[in-house]
Amino acid sequence: MSCSLLHSRSDDDQVFALGDYEAALPRWCPGCGDHGVLAAMQRLLVAEQLQPDQTVFVSGIGCSSRFPHYVKTYGFHGLHGRALPVACGIKMTRPDLTVFVVMGDGDCTSIGAAHWLHATRYNMNMTALLLDNNIYGLTKNQTSPTTPIAHTSNTHPYGAALPPMNPIEATLGFTNASFVAQTAEWIPGHMYATLRAAYRHNGFAFVRILQRCPVYTPDIFQAAVKKPELAELLVHDDGVVVPELDRIYTRQLRHDPGDIDAARRLAEPTDVIRLGVFYRNESHPRYEELLQTRRLTTDEKIQLLNQELDSYAV
Amino acid sequence: MATITQERADMAPASAAAERTPPQRLTQHILEIVSDSGEGAQKCGQIFGSVSAKMGNGVWTVEIIPAEIQPPPRSAPGASGNRIRIGSAPVTNWGDETNLVVAFNEQALLGRHRLDALADDAIVLIDSQWKTHADERIRAEWDAAMEEMSGKAYRFVEVPIETECLTLVENPRRGKNMFVLGLLAWIYGRDLDRIREEIAFAFRKKSEEVYQKNVDLLDLGVKWASENLDFRFEVPPMPEVEPRVVMNGNQAVALGAIASGMELIAMYPITPATSVSHGLAETFSKYGGILHQAEDEIAAAGFAIGASWSGKTAFTVTSGPGLALKTEFLGLSVMTETPLVVVDVQRGGPSTGLPTKVEQADLLAALYGQPGDSPHVVLAPATIEECFHAMITARRIAETFRMMVIVLTDANLATGVQPFRRPEPVHDWFALPPDLSPVPDGLRPFDWDPDTGLSRRFIPGQPGGMHTTTGLAHDEASRVAYDTATNQRSSTMRSRKLAVLHSTMKPPAVYGPDSGDMLVVGWGSTKGAIEEAVDRAQADGLAVSSLHLRFLSPMEPGLRPIFDRFRKVMTVEINYSDDLGDPYITEENRRRGQLAWLLRAQTLTDVDCWTRVLGEPMRPGAILRAIRSHMPAQTTPKKGGAA
Repeated sequence: MSCSLLHSRSDDDQVFALGDYEAALPRWCPGCGDHGVLAAMQRLLVAEQLQPDQTVFVSGIGCSSRFPHYVKTYGFHGLHGRALPVACGIKMTRPDLTVFVVMGDGDCTSIGAAHWLHATRYNMNMTALLLDNNIYGLTKNQTSPTTPIAHTSNTHPYGAALPPMNPIEATLGFTNASFVAQTAEWIPGHMYATLRAAYRHNGFAFVRILQRCPVYTPDIFQAAVKKPELAELLVHDDGVVVPELDRIYTRQLRHDPGDIDAARRLAEPTDVIRLGVFYRNESHPRYEELLQTRRLTTDEKIQLLNQELDSYAV
Repeated sequence: MATITQERADMAPASAAAERTPPQRLTQHILEIVSDSGEGAQKCGQIFGSVSAKMGNGVWTVEIIPAEIQPPPRSAPGASGNRIRIGSAPVTNWGDETNLVVAFNEQALLGRHRLDALADDAIVLIDSQWKTHADERIRAEWDAAMEEMSGKAYRFVEVPIETECLTLVENPRRGKNMFVLGLLAWIYGRDLDRIREEIAFAFRKKSEEVYQKNVDLLDLGVKWASENLDFRFEVPPMPEVEPRVVMNGNQAVALGAIASGMELIAMYPITPATSVSHGLAETFSKYGGILHQAEDEIAAAGFAIGASWSGKTAFTVTSGPGLALKTEFLGLSVMTETPLVVVDVQRGGPSTGLPTKVEQADLLAALYGQPGDSPHVVLAPATIEECFHAMITARRIAETFRMMVIVLTDANLATGVQPFRRPEPVHDWFALPPDLSPVPDGLRPFDWDPDTGLSRRFIPGQPGGMHTTTGLAHDEASRVAYDTATNQRSSTMRSRKLAVLHSTMKPPAVYGPDSGDMLVVGWGSTKGAIEEAVDRAQADGLAVSSLHLRFLSPMEPGLRPIFDRFRKVMTVEINYSDDLGDPYITEENRRRGQLAWLLRAQTLTDVDCWTRVLGEPMRPGAILRAIRSHMPAQTTPKKGGAA
């Protein structure tokens, strides 16, 4: 973990341990993928020594959106689908804060889809996690945009009619996308490494985390959980490399995340689940940097305002 | 139909003509310039209004705007222009019918005629080219228009506007407005030096040649008028008053936001609110401000809430449809006690309604639109000057009370231009930087004072304040709490803040005697028109006074005792209500004006209403007629009345 110290932001005299990031006891179902994401995130917070009062988790509404309550940082648990506008407002105001956004699949790709597209384009420096269990859980088993075709739910008892949306493919199509990655909750090492790469990216880092809902979609990823050969790891020094997975996840593809065309090709629907960083480019403009202004004293403001009022003088 | 043609083109120079035509002295006059879209009538009117204000007249300017950017030329609904009321005293509203109109073509004129905008004896200066146009169809349209308007006693003055302009420019579409400005300058004795200054400012980004061309056209208009017209008007200026500024309500909102210390605006384009952001787009960053044009109305509210929650003073600006879209976020602002100021520049509704036209029909939506109990402040500036100061008040309340504040203006204020006392900015108006000192041990993010409901706000980055703000029901520590007692307690605390604010307010002042036969109650932009109508009613011997409300939530205190001193209370509003006497309408099922509805509920007074949704500001003459027709019968003294 020596390299992580290079990215440390904490005060020299204070070291944060796992317990410093633990808040309320999670109330997710046993076996829910959200637990694994929380564990990986808390591991990241410790490794990066992120100062709790300088860190913000923003979420919408849904099972996964309870996430901020379980991390002892600042948190904003707002409206269904609307985590990103709030997060963008926070980042614009306080670019010094570290901002994480936690969204579910209905949250991000359905009711909040417009904000997902535009937040990608704003490319503000934050980490956005899509916790994708392919179903609406909190509202009790309705089809989401990422639900596999023919999967039955309370709203589609005869099976989902449409092919599922592919959030990776979609995000790679949005202008100014700068970091697009996919990982899976059942491969904790890969998930941790992906979160770390996303956090260290300077720009809007979008990570789709494939995860199981033990109640409504326990079987959707079960084959991939049992057969590592159904997953293909995208590996690159500028992406994610997890050596300890080499023995089990033998299916690996060297992919340069700087290659957008290859990224889009690899994101197309296929039988294999591709995990890793599809695309990464820090040269895209970041909205908050374009709009930053100097904070004026009140005297300076009054002087300017008087000048402006004079221009309206009769 | 009096007609002046070019017979006298070889007449004496301007000064001699001025002497020959002594001006008629007036205390107020309403004029308007109408054209096809893109012919510059707006610019002409703006300069006339601005110069009149600078010369010391009271002024109220209203834009005549078609909904389309470039509607077909020569179409009655496409009339575009500017309407200016000037006076020898402060002008508080747009007045009644227009006294003098300059029309670039007879169709634009017809559009105004059909809206009943012109006085029966209005002077109409109209481009004569269409009457004898080569195109037979146009000649026929002219004849038909004249026939349609023949029922009025308009005094037509045919002016060869285009023909004259063609002596100086090749494309008269780009010059007629300055020629017309010259006509008006002569008729009303406007200061030509000031007009040239305004032209120079209007074309400051263009070449010297463009400026000179416009000034030449102006001079040509003056010359033509002096040689051909036999009437002039003088509206003397007010005695020198304190320093004034002149602007429209949206500009006042924008400058008021700056003066309040606002640091961030998040908005989405919507008529008629958008121009608030246009002014800020040019200057806000110099103050350290940030303007974010969001992807939609919802995101604009969310972005502002995110900014406010993390320590910037933030606001959003919208109109009715946008207010509807923001509703869920407004509830979140209330629930999380995140300060937020929302400006709703009201337009006609429902749905897309009348995008460019005035209505006061968002009052109940602003008050009660958010699902659940959502106590918050609603205030409504009554003048353009108040648009400026309302922002300072709103920002301060939002911060002090951790409250969502809706400021209701409307299209009348937004586009009306009026001079008012120059604001003198003071430190007190500006927001203090957020307190980022460490949170004292034991203090919780919603430590409501049990009496007032007030609590100290935590800002992310503040040491020791880590918590998750949530839109779910929560306790003092911001923990999600579904239990019965906590929800009752937290609801009480959020509501109590309104009562505390109410306790600091004074009863509103009655305009006119504080008792009488009728009290007219209004809110928002109708103040000037209502008070002018009340003045006229009082001059006619009627015992009528008026009351104007700025705070709608909490409702201003002391209303019942005031109401009890009048035999009848009636609201005047620009929103819909049923008229008694219409088919099926009874006292029981009658839908009333929105303020009347509120006042009846709050004061248990039998408040009547007179409301109209004409898509235009109230005319004082129309209010006066309504007052007369609604006066209480002399034989039925009001129960419990003290008068």
